[in-house]
Formats: sequence, C-alpha cells, structure tokens
Amino acid sequence: MLLMKMIRSDKPGAWLLAILLVVSIVVPVLNLLVPENSAFHLSTYTVTLLGKYLTYALLALAADLVWGYLGILTLGHAAFFALGGYAMGMYLMRQIGERGVYGDPVLPDFMVFLNWQELPWFWYGFDQFWFAALMVIVVPGILAYVFGYLAFRSRVTGVYLSIITQAMTYALMLAFFRNEMGFGGNNGLTDFKDILGFDLRADSTRIALFLASAAALAIGYVLSRIIVSSRLGLASVAIRDAESRSRFIGYRVENIKLWVFVFSAVMAGVAGALYVPQVGIINPGEFSPLNSIELLIWVAIGGRGTLYGAIIGAMLVNYSKTYFTAALPEVWLYALGALFILVTLYLPKGIVGLRNMRKEKA
Amino acid sequence: MLVFLITTPMKKSIFLLFLFFFMGYSLQAVASEVSENDSLQAAWKVLSDKNYNKKAKAIEFIAQQNPPEAVPAIKAMLEGQLYYSRRGKELYFLREIEGNYEFTPLFDGEPIIQKKKRGFKKVKINNRLRSLIRQLLAVIRLDNEDANIRLAAVQDLLKNPGIEAAGRVKNAIEKETDDRVITSMQTLLAVIQLESGDETEQLSAIETLSQSLNSSAMNALSDYQPPTEALKNAAQSAIKKINDKRDLYAKAETVFFGLSLGSVLALSAIGLAITFGVMGVINMAHGELMMIGAYTTYVVQLLMPNNIGASILVAIPAAFIVAGLVGIAIERSVIRHLYGRPLETLLATFGVSLVLQQTVRTIFSPLNRSVETPQWMSGAWQINEVLALTWNRLYIILFCLAVFAALIMVMKKTTLGLQVRAVSQNRTMARAMGVRSTWVDALTFGLGSGIAGLAGVALSLLTNVGPNLGQAYIIDSFMVVVFGGVGNLWGTLVAGMSLGVINKLLEPWAGAVLAKILVLIFIILFIQKRPKGLFPQRGRAAED
Amino acid sequence: MIKTKLKKLVLATAITTVSLASAGLSWAEDTIKVGVLHSLSGTMAISETTLKDTMLMLIDEQNKKGGLLGKKLEAVVVDPASNWPLFAEKARELISKNKTDVVFGCWTSVSRKSVLPVFEELNSILFYPVQYEGEESSKNVFYTGAAPNQQAIPAVEYLMNDIGVERWVLAGTDYVYPRTTNKILKAYLLAKGVKEKDIMINYTPFGHSDWQSIVSDIKKFGSAGKKTAVVSTINGDANIPFYKELGNQGISAEDIPVIAFSVGEEELSGLDTKPLVGHLAAWNYFMSVESDENEDFINAWKTFIKDKKRVTNDPMEAHYIGFNMWIKAVEKAGTTDPTAVQKALIGVAVPNLSGGYSAMMPNHHITKPVLIGEIQKDGQFDIVWETSGLVAGDAWSDYLPGSRDLIADWRTPLSCGSYNVKTKKCSGQNY
Repeated sequence: MLLMKMIRSDKPGAWLLAILLVVSIVVPVLNLLVPENSAFHLSTYTVTLLGKYLTYALLALAADLVWGYLGILTLGHAAFFALGGYAMGMYLMRQIGERGVYGDPVLPDFMVFLNWQELPWFWYGFDQFWFAALMVIVVPGILAYVFGYLAFRSRVTGVYLSIITQAMTYALMLAFFRNEMGFGGNNGLTDFKDILGFDLRADSTRIALFLASAAALAIGYVLSRIIVSSRLGLASVAIRDAESRSRFIGYRVENIKLWVFVFSAVMAGVAGALYVPQVGIINPGEFSPLNSIELLIWVAIGGRGTLYGAIIGAMLVNYSKTYFTAALPEVWLYALGALFILVTLYLPKGIVGLRNMRKEKA
Repeated sequence: MLVFLITTPMKKSIFLLFLFFFMGYSLQAVASEVSENDSLQAAWKVLSDKNYNKKAKAIEFIAQQNPPEAVPAIKAMLEGQLYYSRRGKELYFLREIEGNYEFTPLFDGEPIIQKKKRGFKKVKINNRLRSLIRQLLAVIRLDNEDANIRLAAVQDLLKNPGIEAAGRVKNAIEKETDDRVITSMQTLLAVIQLESGDETEQLSAIETLSQSLNSSAMNALSDYQPPTEALKNAAQSAIKKINDKRDLYAKAETVFFGLSLGSVLALSAIGLAITFGVMGVINMAHGELMMIGAYTTYVVQLLMPNNIGASILVAIPAAFIVAGLVGIAIERSVIRHLYGRPLETLLATFGVSLVLQQTVRTIFSPLNRSVETPQWMSGAWQINEVLALTWNRLYIILFCLAVFAALIMVMKKTTLGLQVRAVSQNRTMARAMGVRSTWVDALTFGLGSGIAGLAGVALSLLTNVGPNLGQAYIIDSFMVVVFGGVGNLWGTLVAGMSLGVINKLLEPWAGAVLAKILVLIFIILFIQKRPKGLFPQRGRAAED
Repeated sequence: MIKTKLKKLVLATAITTVSLASAGLSWAEDTIKVGVLHSLSGTMAISETTLKDTMLMLIDEQNKKGGLLGKKLEAVVVDPASNWPLFAEKARELISKNKTDVVFGCWTSVSRKSVLPVFEELNSILFYPVQYEGEESSKNVFYTGAAPNQQAIPAVEYLMNDIGVERWVLAGTDYVYPRTTNKILKAYLLAKGVKEKDIMINYTPFGHSDWQSIVSDIKKFGSAGKKTAVVSTINGDANIPFYKELGNQGISAEDIPVIAFSVGEEELSGLDTKPLVGHLAAWNYFMSVESDENEDFINAWKTFIKDKKRVTNDPMEAHYIGFNMWIKAVEKAGTTDPTAVQKALIGVAVPNLSGGYSAMMPNHHITKPVLIGEIQKDGQFDIVWETSGLVAGDAWSDYLPGSRDLIADWRTPLSCGSYNVKTKKCSGQNY
C-alpha cells in the first residue's frame, strides 16, 4: 500500500520503475533469443555496459541520499562502493580455487608469487557466498557507522566533513595499494571464473547480473523514496536546511544523519558488489578521491535532491564517456569538461530541472 | 709529479698507487698490454677502442708517462669533449663555437671547423673510467691552489685509503694551510695508522677518528680488530661517540626534510587558502593553476636558454601574471555566476580543470617537460660530513615564507586587502559601503591563482612538469587548508609545516606509504577534536 | 533569457552530435582493423600517447607499402583514460563492436590483467609492448616487452661482475612489477653469496614526490665502505623527483650508480640530465643503437611526428617488432583469423632495431638482446655493455619458488600457458 501511495505521489519515480521493468524484459530477449545476425540483436558488450551503468546509477542514488537530503557533500562515497566490490572480489577469487595458474587450492595467484605461505585471517569465510554477501553490507555499514558516529557527534560540518571523507577514501586507497595488505596491491583482484557455480563469461550469467543490478536499483530507489518521504526523510531535509534550528526543536540530529549515512553506504557497497563481476576487476583505483568527485557530478548533472535525477545523471555522463572516448579519443576531455561547466552554469537544477522550468513557464 | 693507477678486479676496488713506491709492478702490468717501445703512441690509439678494460690500462699508462697532453686530454675525456676521427683515429678536442664545431688536434695540426660532427666520434667512457680519471686527477689536485679542490681531492682519497697514500699526504700536510684540509688529511692518516701503526699510534688514531664524522673513519673503526683490551674499549667508545653525534645530525636532517616538505605543502595551499578559504570557491582547478605556473617556468627557460640562472627570477613574476590572468578569466566566465552556490563551484571548476589539462596536452604534448635547476640552486650546503642541506630546498622554504609575508602585507595593509576582507565577511554591507564587489572578486581570485602559479615555479624545480602535476597536489592542498582552518592564512602556513614535519618524523619509522596513511588518519581524528581546524574563524562569518 | 540560452545549448549539442555521427559513418568497408588501446588522458597518457602515435605511423607505412592481403589497414583508436575497468570495456568494444583483428595496447600490468579475460573470452590477439614482471602466458597475448630475465638479471650481473658492486639497494614503487622483480633479484643475489644485510629494499607509493629521506637513507647505506648500487624499479612519474633529489644531494654515478628499468629516452626528455651522467638503464633497445633499421626508424618517426627533437624508446621498438611479426604471420597464414594467426606467430622472426632478428617463442615471449646504457648530457644513452647473443624471454621465473616448475608452450600437443613439469598438470587455463 505504501508502495502504491508512493508511486502516486512520485510520478517520475513511477516512470523510472516502469522503464526498469521494460528494460529488464526487453534486454534479455534481445540478447538471448534474437539471433546474432539480426539487426535487433543486443550484443553482450551492450548488456555488460548497461549492467555497469545500472550499478553506477545505484551508487549515484546513494550519494544523492546523503548530498541531496542530508546536505553532506561527501567526497568519499567511492570508498563504500570499492569496499563492497572488494568483498565480492574476494569471494570470486576464492571461487577460482585450484584453477589459478599455480594450481594452489587455497591461495590466490598473487599470494603465490609473492610467496605468501598461508591465507591471511581476513580472507577466511569468503569462500562462502552468504558470508561474502553479508560482508558486502556489513563492512561499508560499519565503516560508515564508525566514521559517521565520530564525525556527527563532534558536529563536523560543511567542507570540514567533505575533506575528512576525502581523507578517508584517500587513506584507504593508499592502504589497498600496499601489497602487504593482502588485497593484491595495484593489480587488485581479477581473472574471476564463476559466481555461485555459473560461468561469468556465459551470456546467461551476464543477463542474470544485469537483472540483479536492475532489481537492486529498483529496490534501492523504492527504499530511498520511502525514507525521504517518511518522517526521517523530512527531518533530514530540515537538518540540511537549518541544522542548529532542528537541533533546538529537539531532533536527534546525529542519529538521523547517522542512519541515513549508513543506509547510503550499504547501498553503495551493494552497487560495488554488483559492479565487480560485470567489469571483471577491482583495484585500489576505485578508492580514488577523483572517483568520488566524478560521482557528485553525475548527481549534479541529473539533478540533486530528486533521487531519479541522480540515476539519469549517472546514465548520461557514463554513456557520454563511453561514446566520447571511442569517437573523440583525443579531445573528449574538452567535451566532458565543457559539459560539466555548461550544466552547472545553465542548468542549476540539473537535467530534471528542465522539466520544472518548462512547468514554471506554462 | 708522476702518478698512475692500477685496477685489480680481485680486490674490492681500485687502489691508488704511487709511482715512487711501486713503479716496477705497475709497468709490468701495463707492459703486457702496450708494448714498451712506441707504447705511448699506442696507448693514445687505444682510446678509440671499444673495450673499456683496454682503455683503462691505456689511461693509466698515459698518466704514468704524463706527457704534457695527458691532463688536458683526460679532462676533456671526462667532459665528453675528446673525439677521434673515424679515418685516422687521431684525437681531437671539441669546442662548440656559435653553432659550429671546432675540432683541435691533440698534437699539432690545424683545427677543423664544420657544421656537423660528421667524421668524428666521441671517446666513450663509462663509470669505471670516470672514477679512475677522477682519482687520477685527485692526486694531481692535491697541489691545487684552491683549498676547496684540495679538500675534494683528499675526500676522494679517503674513499679508498691505501697505505701508499700515507707518505704522499704526510708530505702535503706540512705545506697545508687550510684547517678543513688538514683535518681531512689527519683523518686519512689516522685511518691508515689504525691498520699499520704500533699500539700508541693506534690509540692516537682512534682518538683522531672519534672526532671525525667521515664515513671512512667510521668504517675503519668498525672493521678494526683491536689487539688489546684497552684499544678495544677505546674503539668502542669512539664508535659510540660518533654514533651519538650522527644520530643528532640525523634528527636535525629529518626536521629539515619535514620543514621543506611542509613548505611545499604550504606553498601549494596558500593560493587555495584565498580562493577557497577566503572566497569560499571549492576550486578544483587550483592544481591546474599550479601546473600553468610550472609550464610558464618552462617557457621562460625556452625563451632565455643562455641565461638559466636568471630565468627562475624572471619566471616568478611571469608565472604570477599568467596564472593570475587565467584565474581572472575563469572567475569572469564561470565562477561569477555561481556565488552563493559554493558546492556548484566544485563541479564547474572540476570541468575547468579537465579542460586546462587537455589544453596543456594539446599545446605541450602529454610528455613531461624539463626545467633546468640553475647553478646557484643546485648542490647542497655541506655543514659537516653527515649533514648537508640542499640549496633548492632551502630556497623553497625561504620563498614560501616570502610569499606568505607578502600576502599578509597585501591583506592587512592595502586597500585591496581591506576590501577583500570586507566582501568575504559581508558582501551586501560591503557593496553598500561602495566596494565594487565584482571587481574585488575578480582580483581576489586572480591573486589566489597567481600565488598558485608561484607554487608552480617552485614545484617545477622539484617534480615533473606535465599535465598531471596539478592532480598530484590538489588533495593535499585541500587537506592543509582545512586542517589549518578555512579562512585563516596563518592556519594554512602552520598546518602545512606541521603536516610536513609529522610526515617526515613518521617516515623513517613507518615507511613512506604508511606515514602518509597515518597523517590522513591523524587529520580525520584531529578534525573530530577541533571541527573547525587548527585556527577556527570566529564571529558571524564562521556560522554556516 | 534562460530560454534563449537553452536553445543555444541544444543547438550546440545537436551540431556536435551530427558531426560526431558523420565522423562515425566515414569508416570505409573492407579494411583490416587494427585496434590501438593506449591511454590518451589520465596518469598514463605521458607514456602511452607515444605508443599510439607509433602504431599510427607503422600502420601508415604499411599502407604505403600496399597494405596487407590486398586490403588497407585501418587504425581504430580509443582512449581508456588510464582507468583499468575502462580498459576492459574498451577492449570488448574494439573486438566485438569494431571487429578489430588485432589489438596493440596497454602499458601497466593492471591494465593488461584487466583486459586479459576479455581477449581470452573473445579469442582475439593483444600485443603488449612493455617490460613486465612475467609470471603470465596467455594464448591470446604476445609479450614483446622484456621479461625479468631479459632486463633485470643481466643488469645485476653487469653491476656485479664489471663494476664490482657488493651492496644493493632495491628501490621500487609499490606494485607488482617491482615486487616481483625485487623478489627475483633478491633470490638471485642471495644465491650469488650476497649477504642479507647488504641488501636494502624500499617501496614507495605511486607518484611519490618527496624523496629527501629515502635518498638520504641510500646515501647512508652506501657509505659503509663497499661499492653500492641502486637497482630502481621506480615507476615513471616518480622518477623525475627522485633523480632531481639524487642530483641535489650530490650522489654521483661514480659513488652510487643507479640502474633503472623504467627510465628511457622519453622519461629523460623531461629532465635536465647533466647531474645524472653515468647513471644507468637496462633495456633491449636504445635510440643510440647504431644500425640501418634504427636510423630509418628514427627518421620516419621524426618526420611522422613533425618534431626533430622527439626521441624513440624501447616500448616503441617492441611495437615495431610486434607489428611486423603480426604482418608476417598474417601473410604466412593468409588470413587475419586470430586462431590461425596465433599459430603462425610462433617462430616468426623479424628484424629488430638493434641490427639483429627477434623471434616469437612458443611461450609468446620474444628473443631480444640486452643492452646497458649510461645516461649522457644530451639525454641519450651510451651503450656500455650488451649481451653477446639474444636472450629468450622467460614467462616463468626460475628464481621464484612458485613458478620454478612451470613452463609455457603454446604449440600442440602441450598448448598450455602454465604447465607444471613436476605434476604434469596444466592449470589456470580458460579453454
């Protein structure tokens, strides 16, 4: 019932869910059933690309929740994404088993040639999918909880908060680059074979991952919408707009912030976990502070504080990146840079702002 | 003064021998390679050979015979200016005169002048030959008039002290007048006596060595096998004494390293302290403005290739103006529209940074460009044998302080500074008082950008001048500004310096990577304690 | 107001889209497509852009000679932007969307690891031109850069035997190539009787720019009375501040020579080399090599790039060799079909730029000479030592316990990239 009510009050969201549903039916059909030489065939390349965009969209959604509704300009959301990705990557590494190039039944290849004798303790349990899935949620969640608990309790706000989120992801990046950490250093985790026993290179597995991403995005969207239209969400907006005032009225500002932040981090972690099997590699570059900044740009271009805007922005920017890097390999940065500048200058509310602008005219 | 060298690959390194003592032995060794009759002639010829071992023997032989051509020829070889003709294998000195090459024969004959080096090839040397030649020259240089050169010569001898050198140095020490040279010579003699002298001599040698910080002295003491208990105790206390001194100097060195890293951090953050701290623009293009400053230095050096020493001084105002103008252009075209929307400046300036990077790639190619360090900035200030402060780092620390002082002056003493502060504290009120806020905004942003350009000049002397220069420093710059307290210039300076020192103190203990991670964690925890940085801004403007 | 601005924006977008689309349509039919997968932006653009230009030049020259199998070659250039997952995406795009028959690309190991599953899945061919840590042999990848035994070990042998080095600093950036190379070198040095305390290993992060402490440590380590050398596996960007610091702290090549495996002519062109004269590098090619092929290559390159001062370097030679090998193999097979070309490539020999021939071995690595050069004032290298013959690349190092028993041989009947000669098992293959 809640869902129906929500859909009625959120038309763009309803459209979004409908589109996701249609795509989830059409894409598998076009990829698996339509013969390859037909003009309507959708190549596996396109499917994985779309799947990747969907995980990015989920990440953008997570960022919009904290930026658009809590007003926290997070420069470290990529960290949660990458942690979720690493948890999944570790499971996929363990699945390789003795099919690695050195044929070691337990140790991943990178540990064998760096001469590790036994598996580090934090790799235990990752041979079980349920454990890895749990970690995808728990690790980003705990990090967000601890970080948020400290920061919100001390009332760190504004750019100070932004910069320490950046420091967090930067420190994690440097740490994961270290080979002693036991996460494969710069090369990260790669050469995955299968997931839950299904060959990762099979078209059907790809479709399944694509559908899982679409489902995760839909669920993530619905949950986020419920949160923002609940009392918690309204309180969040109040905090965003006037933190001290909300505090004086009697809201437990820290707690509200903390739970939304943790939820958002978990969503980012899930996005990362779905991202890794589809692109086939996770490495410390994902922690890069620049990734977090780019993420904000997706949100801003789509339209901040609307949830669906973030999804549109993520899709659009990433599609243009895919397109430009192939079509204009030499000058695409000009195009992307110009896009960022123009959108900020002329579309302050992002692309979804266009619709409202027209409405205002009419 | 005839000298020669011999190499014995069995032993650990090259030993310096003196003709006075071991002439016969050396001649035997050389004679097997070079026949004795017209041997000198043949030795010269060997220089155009490809085999470095043969060449080494030939050089030794030439030095031993020491004809008048020997020293200039060997020196030219070291400089890479000794050539030979392809046909006759005759040796020539090369000189470059106004784009032409002049080849002067080593023996008699007319110089040949031509546009290209065609027909001539360089007499190649490798590291081993180079150090051999340097040691050969070192002994010759013991008689040099310049005390610094004599000192260097003794230092060279100290690297491989041999008993044979003792007599030679004993003679020289009596004529020596310079204190530093005398001390070095005494150390050298002590090192030798430690091995060869009787008990009292050994004891006095230990005493001398305990005063010295030279690494050869330390090595001699550690390798020393004391024959008696008394000598053993003396040697051990001497080692301890040296080690204590060394530790002290090592600490001083670490602090210097920290300050110099800190000054680089502070310098790259000061510009941001204005654009971000004072104006509130989250300026992601700050790094690229530094990059522009660095490229300006490169272009200035291109324009004045014969005057590298002065080029840096010219580059300082040039970089300030170029980066400042680019900054004003960015402000007028983009940021002007975004006041009151600080978060969106992040997005727009990020776009600007991408465009600037790609522009530089298009104009200068994606390759790194080389900026030459002028003579007066290279090398180190050798305080003693273990402590040396590099000149370029010293100058950068001074430069950082000078830039900072100038900035404080501008902000506190000029009308512009007053207006900048007024606008940043209360824009509407300032406008009501007649301040042209748009003009002030443009100039302030230009000032911040210009200072970023100055930081670029300093960075061009330390690191890559390439399109990625900015990205490498932008994150650190933001950290420094925030750690120091946004809007507080003093905070930026103190933050930069202290982060630099903390980093360097941690580095020997934790390694470079871990040190950096620890510093980041430190910043995160510190902000919990003081949510507005080291020096929080007070008053109404501090409220969100 | 907003409306007019918007209209302009829409118009501008429309114009760009149309022009882009028309650019896309101009692909001619019936050409042989050669993919070029090198970063043109981001951190690796510094090194990789040159390789993209090299490929364009080689393809251009081949077309002037009449193309291949009666068809013209066509380069398909994409920009993976130094972003490793994007490498995998772009590789897939090149192979399955643009239908390239072969791809030349990658620089970092992680980018190769990222695209490797894609090439294996779609059964295409990748030529990888950079020296790397070894420990890999894929059916679909041909390694034209040096394996550790073609660069690191000869270099250390030279220092040990010719220079008399007894104390070693192994300094590297903290990633797989230096880690593996240093592991191999350490095992090698210990086997040669070097004591543990005479080896110092140091790792730094990517793009490390403050070398004061480390250089000072090296100086102290080198003052113990034994001849000391630094074996540097420091990655591209961090080298310039490292060498600048060496120069400033007055460490000359005679005191403590530094031998580098990732510093070539191109890196030196961004550096004032006067304080660095005498420091060393080990490669399989130097621009200063004297041979007719090299002279032609340098001239062609300078004309193509329209810059008389541009230099050539080792990875460029690797692409030169790889491209010519591919051409020869395609001619031999009579088709560009990857399976046939993979077979035909093994045993193909083409001239390299140092005056000899390089051959593709059954383990997909090639034979190369090893050269050691000293840095000169003009940014070039003087070759001071070279191997008497060619050295064949080893996919699996003999000095690592895990890979000692592994071999790679892609000929039938073995046809395996990691075959354990002890257990007689082939593992880790995706076919």
